[in-house]
Amino acid sequence: MEIIIIGLLLGGTYALMAMGLQLQYGVARIMNLANGEVLVAAAFGTFWFFSATQVSPFVALIGIVPLAFVVNWAIYRFLMLPLVKRAKNQGQLEVDSILATFGISFIFIGILLAVFGGDYLSYSYMASPVHLLGETYGLNRIAAFLGSAVLCVGLYVWLNRTRAGLTLRAVAVNPSAASLVSINVVNASALAFALGGAVTAAGGMMLSMFLTFDASLGVIFTLKALVIVIMGGVSDIRGAILAAFILGLTETVVAILVDPGLTLAAAYVLFLIILLVRPQGLFGRRTS
Amino acid sequence: MNSEVRTFGIAVILFLAAATLPLISSGYLLSIGVSIAVYTVLATSWTLFSGPTNYISLAVAAFFGIGMYVVAGGIDLLPFPVLVLIGAVVGALFSAIVGLATLRISGVYFVIFTLGLAELIRQVVSWGQATMGTSSGLYVLTDFTDPQIYWALLVLAAVVFLIGWWIGRSRLGFALRIIGNDEVVAVHSGINTARAKVILFVISCTFASITGALVAPRYSYVEPTIAFNPFISFQVVIMALLGGVHRLWGPLLGVIPFTILWELISANFPTQTTLLLGAAFLLIVYFIPHGIVGLIESGIQKWKGDQHG
Repeated sequence: MEIIIIGLLLGGTYALMAMGLQLQYGVARIMNLANGEVLVAAAFGTFWFFSATQVSPFVALIGIVPLAFVVNWAIYRFLMLPLVKRAKNQGQLEVDSILATFGISFIFIGILLAVFGGDYLSYSYMASPVHLLGETYGLNRIAAFLGSAVLCVGLYVWLNRTRAGLTLRAVAVNPSAASLVSINVVNASALAFALGGAVTAAGGMMLSMFLTFDASLGVIFTLKALVIVIMGGVSDIRGAILAAFILGLTETVVAILVDPGLTLAAAYVLFLIILLVRPQGLFGRRTS
Repeated sequence: MNSEVRTFGIAVILFLAAATLPLISSGYLLSIGVSIAVYTVLATSWTLFSGPTNYISLAVAAFFGIGMYVVAGGIDLLPFPVLVLIGAVVGALFSAIVGLATLRISGVYFVIFTLGLAELIRQVVSWGQATMGTSSGLYVLTDFTDPQIYWALLVLAAVVFLIGWWIGRSRLGFALRIIGNDEVVAVHSGINTARAKVILFVISCTFASITGALVAPRYSYVEPTIAFNPFISFQVVIMALLGGVHRLWGPLLGVIPFTILWELISANFPTQTTLLLGAAFLLIVYFIPHGIVGLIESGIQKWKGDQHG
């Protein structure tokens, strides 16, 4: 029971992080390998903010989210767009964008190392125990879960109930058809990429409340987010949320019953199962 | 045919010239020579698969580490050449499994899968060592000298070049180039794309494992974080891209300047290497997308155009 609840709490936070990547890959069609570094940068930013001010980390969102939005918008506008225009086909764009975002991720790591050093950082906020169904849990995990849930629901409603959300979903389905109904695909993609970065950064802030971070950890989160997105199906948010809970549960089971050092292996096993059994994802439709 | 004989002759002369390095120098220069030889094998064999197909593999470190670990784990039990062979076989089997699982689907999934592979194996090996109660470090004590390792690597490099040359002329190489151009076209022309990709991936990874096995004696102390260092993968990719992946000799042109430059950078700016590696990635992607080979070839084209114009 304890495992299930911890796994669900973790999964909720993972869902937020994966939704960010899904916006970037599903709508803007950029496989962003620097996604995890944005998350770690946000976690470091929260750490710095909390250590300096002792104000609730949630307040840090006010600064982190717009900043991540602007930075990611700039990355799309000035680094990705030239690649989109240069590429002759989708395959070329994939190779170029993977290499470029890979380079960006190294630059992020380099900057984080220069500013914060190579140590593991964590802070203690709301670390008081909460009693739930006979077991005790850290209040910070529950707060992170609730915060993530609020943002996830907000994003879901925004995507499904507003005109801007409809625009993004149209681009996700088919960019060239979207441009026929006078959608500015470039602007929509830039918006999706920037929004995705902002959502990921919010995920980083949530995770920083109960995890320990160091500068090189980004790639692990990139991988986890990718596994979730692939498992859920690239274009379906419900799939990503379900997949996030599956990953959160699996990781917790492995960490508690086997060894905490094997969480990545757990993610890989899930990845393999999905690749072999259902490559289009849980909710994805089979394409040609 | 005539130009092919000439190219082959030049290659033999360069190979023999490279082989004299240990006779001239023993210390620092030779150690750079060994690094260049290691990365030449790794980058050229990487390009055998990733060059024509455009499938970026980030798994070199995983297979390099497997080879190294086989040697480190068995050095007290079996003779070194047998271990190198076992390392090659283990690397081949493992890459076949990875290839069969990921290469049947789109390229992005393959990249993602290889991205964390070295880290995955590192976690599993560390865990295995911890549960079996052995210490995480292994000593590789042999009486192999640097010149012997260097020559072994040179021979390996020659083998890679010969195989690469042969693949380039074979049906398999032709099939791969079509896959790289347009995978749908390849499928419709009756090419078994999955089989071609898996075969090349296995060849490429096997060489990485052999390289890891051969250089293991140089490290003398091996532990998971050393053997499965993901930076090796990234450096291999960047060197190959810098040189150019559409010619067999392209990666070599990237390996030599980059290895020397990297020696200088890591000696002078040890804390900024990650940042600089990232900057190098971006520079190559945006400014020299076809590598040094691309620069040379467009230069020649321009020069010829001027002559005729």
